[in-house]
Amino acid sequence: MATANHTDPNRRDFLMVATGAVAAVGGALVAWPFITQMNPDASVRALASIEVDLAPIAEGQAIIVKWRGNPLIVRHRSKADIETAKAVKLTDLIDKASRNSNANGNVDATDENRVVAGKEQYLVMLGVCTHLGCVPQSDQGEYGVVTGNTTTGGWLCPCHGSQYDTAGRVRRGPAGENLPVPPYVYLTDTKIRVG
Amino acid sequence: MSGPSKYQPSSAVGKWFNERLPIVAFAKDHALDFPTPKNLNYWFTFGGILAVMLIVQIVTGIVLVMHYTPQTDLAFSSVEKIMRDVNYGWLLRYMHMNGASMFFIAVYIHMFRGMYYGSYKAPREVLWMIGVIIYLVMMATAFMGYVLPWGQMSFWGAKVITNLFSAIPFVGESITTWLWGGYSVDNPTLNRFFSLHYLLPFVLFAIVFLHIWALHVTGNNNPTGISVKGPQDTLPFHPYYTMKDAFAIVVFFIFYGLFIFYGPNYLGDPVNYVPANALVTPAHIKPEWYYLPFYAILRAVPDKLLGVIAMFSSILILLALPWLDTSKVRSGNYRPVFKGFYIIFALVCIGLGYVGAKPPEGIYVVAGRILSIYYFAHFLVILPLIGLLESPKPLPSSISDNVLAKRRMTLMPAE
Repeated sequence: MATANHTDPNRRDFLMVATGAVAAVGGALVAWPFITQMNPDASVRALASIEVDLAPIAEGQAIIVKWRGNPLIVRHRSKADIETAKAVKLTDLIDKASRNSNANGNVDATDENRVVAGKEQYLVMLGVCTHLGCVPQSDQGEYGVVTGNTTTGGWLCPCHGSQYDTAGRVRRGPAGENLPVPPYVYLTDTKIRVG
Repeated sequence: MSGPSKYQPSSAVGKWFNERLPIVAFAKDHALDFPTPKNLNYWFTFGGILAVMLIVQIVTGIVLVMHYTPQTDLAFSSVEKIMRDVNYGWLLRYMHMNGASMFFIAVYIHMFRGMYYGSYKAPREVLWMIGVIIYLVMMATAFMGYVLPWGQMSFWGAKVITNLFSAIPFVGESITTWLWGGYSVDNPTLNRFFSLHYLLPFVLFAIVFLHIWALHVTGNNNPTGISVKGPQDTLPFHPYYTMKDAFAIVVFFIFYGLFIFYGPNYLGDPVNYVPANALVTPAHIKPEWYYLPFYAILRAVPDKLLGVIAMFSSILILLALPWLDTSKVRSGNYRPVFKGFYIIFALVCIGLGYVGAKPPEGIYVVAGRILSIYYFAHFLVILPLIGLLESPKPLPSSISDNVLAKRRMTLMPAE
């Protein structure tokens, strides 16, 4: 029998590495079902869509409906709301991306890009603070339309003090992103389908 | 501490069994005869108190599970059923609920005791680090347990804490979705938290075993911080410390009982008696008291990712403590400069807890930032520098001499 050469890689080393590699791949394959079982299941994934009737929402009123377990804000904005939002310079924004699922590509967070053209009065977005997920409170904060002691439009997150303006764009941290606009289409003049 | 046991079974059956499984010898060596420094004070009884609290939490938890339903539509009412209908359900739930708070009170005293007497220093670094891991697992366990009653604070606490992971660049969103099992905190989240809340206490039990194992390799630290030099410095654990620990446990249980019977909801948030509502966040959302200092650090940083990093670092920095403290002297009793800064640090931690309970506005934002900076400065600047600059007081020659010197002082004060 030839003397074993322990310095060079030999047949036994190769077999050890190969066996180890097969065991590692096998281990990973077995682990995967145990990990991904925690991901959303089929019933949750079946993209729930809801219809929202906009007609009963009065000007200056915001409603909250539940969509995919999260609060969805639909606000009928006043003229002042829209003008305030349009007056904001893009350079003053913390997040300059529109965060609008309906937008074509990554567009600027101008007021126009946050709503549907011709339907500027309806702001539809998720009421989930982009910091840690609390529901921001309507008609609060310094970035709404402030007249005297009352604020209309604008959102303030009660958890950590993030503030959003009348177009739902983040204006004060710790949140770093604008409130996301979900995919939605107008079915009729006063009805939308979200999702 | 190690080596062949001196245990000699008296009966033939005992000898036969001990040769096959020396569990009785092991118990005698480690639970009864274990040589323990003879100068341990009552601050050193909190390890025993913690072990008892873990058992209390496991036993009350197991019986609560016999009546609880982990389903979003039923969870809240099943907890109320425990309170109203189940025989002694109110007592069992209040024991478990306040037991968590007592567990944290004891662990904080235990940790601050370790910090004062330098129990993290060589050769006890691994013992200390296992302790930090126990603390982290405890926090995860308590957090998931708090979600189970499915009240408003349960729900929003779960949402805020799980959202911390969304700060991780690129994969954050996928990780939170994976943790939730959906697009928000919902029934799948409640189910998995229940599963893990049942599992983790047993994991804790196993890590506590490692903690005690590491303790029994190095032996206990003691108020002088100097090492045991021989048998004259120690006493057998039983009966001396079994009795001392038992007395401390009884006193601690009186304190615990005051909360259970006279202020069962004093430490909790009343908003958690409102059923969870995914569409309304409570006006002032705050975690349970034992997380408040870390919550204050999270909020002190105006950037999401950096805030999360600061919060986790504030706990993980404890793992590096054995190497950040450059002093060779263990006990704070012999370190006059350290002692002052130690008291300031303890007050800063209490201050952070106070700020964490307040809304994030005005003076509290400023205070939170100053205190957070000081918290990190204590570990990264103050401790390393004191060790290099301070001249410690002379150490006693041995634990035994120290004890006897104190005894002489009290017997003959005139001298």
